[in-house]
Amino acid sequence: MPEQLDCRHLLCPMPVIRTQARVAGLAAGDELEVAVTDPGALEDVPAWCRVHGHEVVETHEEGHGAFRIRIRVGGA
Amino acid sequence: MSDRPKAVALISGGLDSMLAARLVQEQGVHVEGLNLYTGFCVEGHTHAIRKKDQAQPKRNNALWVAERLGIPLHIEEVIEEYKEVLTNPRYGYGANLNPCLDCKVFMVRKALEWLEANGFDFVVTGEVLGQRPKSQTRDKLPLLERDSGAEGRLLRPLSAQLLEPTLPERAGWVARERLHAFHGRSRKPQMQLAQELGLETWAQPAGGCCFLTDAHYAARLSDLWQARGSKNYDLDDVMLLKVGRHLRPLAHLKLIIAREAGETHFLQGYRRRYPHLRTTSHGGPVALLDGTWSEPELELAARLVARYSAGRNAERVDLELEDTEGGVQALSVPPMAPEAVPAEWYIGG
Repeated sequence: MPEQLDCRHLLCPMPVIRTQARVAGLAAGDELEVAVTDPGALEDVPAWCRVHGHEVVETHEEGHGAFRIRIRVGGA
Repeated sequence: MSDRPKAVALISGGLDSMLAARLVQEQGVHVEGLNLYTGFCVEGHTHAIRKKDQAQPKRNNALWVAERLGIPLHIEEVIEEYKEVLTNPRYGYGANLNPCLDCKVFMVRKALEWLEANGFDFVVTGEVLGQRPKSQTRDKLPLLERDSGAEGRLLRPLSAQLLEPTLPERAGWVARERLHAFHGRSRKPQMQLAQELGLETWAQPAGGCCFLTDAHYAARLSDLWQARGSKNYDLDDVMLLKVGRHLRPLAHLKLIIAREAGETHFLQGYRRRYPHLRTTSHGGPVALLDGTWSEPELELAARLVARYSAGRNAERVDLELEDTEGGVQALSVPPMAPEAVPAEWYIGG
């Protein structure tokens, strides 16, 4: 079960900032699932992951405008 | 220093900071980006709200720039700390509520804090001498250096040749002759350099990324401060000032009325913080009520909201007032005639 981070109802760039703070406390290979509602986060969270070498494993829609983005933390 | 020198570049998402970072990167320096989120940044959330803007790319320009440069970008939220900069600027405001010089001092200081916490060597910014009348003149740049405590650790690659040599130049980490002497408001040298560096397409032009330089926004923020009797604000206030029509029919009551479906959806997210009016007999906007009111004043507010509903020409429009606990009060009012709404009620256009 990946760690969970609730960023629903937060507007960009807050979901990225919260994700960044949580990932800082995780180790390489750990997984984090981020729940978002701002469609901008579907661009920004993956972009943030790419520039930091983390992997987006999966993104899925949950309905009612909510999405989950699953991240695997990359090696330092 | 055993390893490569390390620089932290302040990345706004605009062209100048991208070019500045690339110039230093090209000289073999390890560069990472820092983007500071004050709450007043134009991009990000704003385009997610209005339906008409949803065709625009929903991307964070600073992240986009970092990806083009191939550098990590750290985004730091500075909303609380920024209040002091905005409410009490040592060097005052620009044309609107933009405390540009204080803001730059603050950002360089934050970059220096980051630098020290992460063992980096110097800060890079995209400032261009003479580009901004208020904050980038020849007498202001040294002042920024002094107030931020940079002590030579602040490199502006686009104008470096016109300025005193900095630590990275003196230490030989970067060659001064490979930096530039850009000056003034023309954007041509930057565009040419972008082409030379293979960075022709960029996210946004310089400036224009801060709501505080916007006259309408500044008017709304001034109104908020005046109504509260203090210059306090939080992130929700900052967001709400960007959305909807703002009308103040009474000194102690402001209405935020959605202009379209996207804004209605957004304002509904605040229904547990503000009481709101919504039309029930006709299609219409959601309106948040910020302040206090008597029964006749509530009727006035309801007539105003009805004026923006599909029932604007009807004899009466039914509405509901929902308080922050979910309690509902029904109203039925004649819509106000458009010409009966005094122009001075509109805050910031």
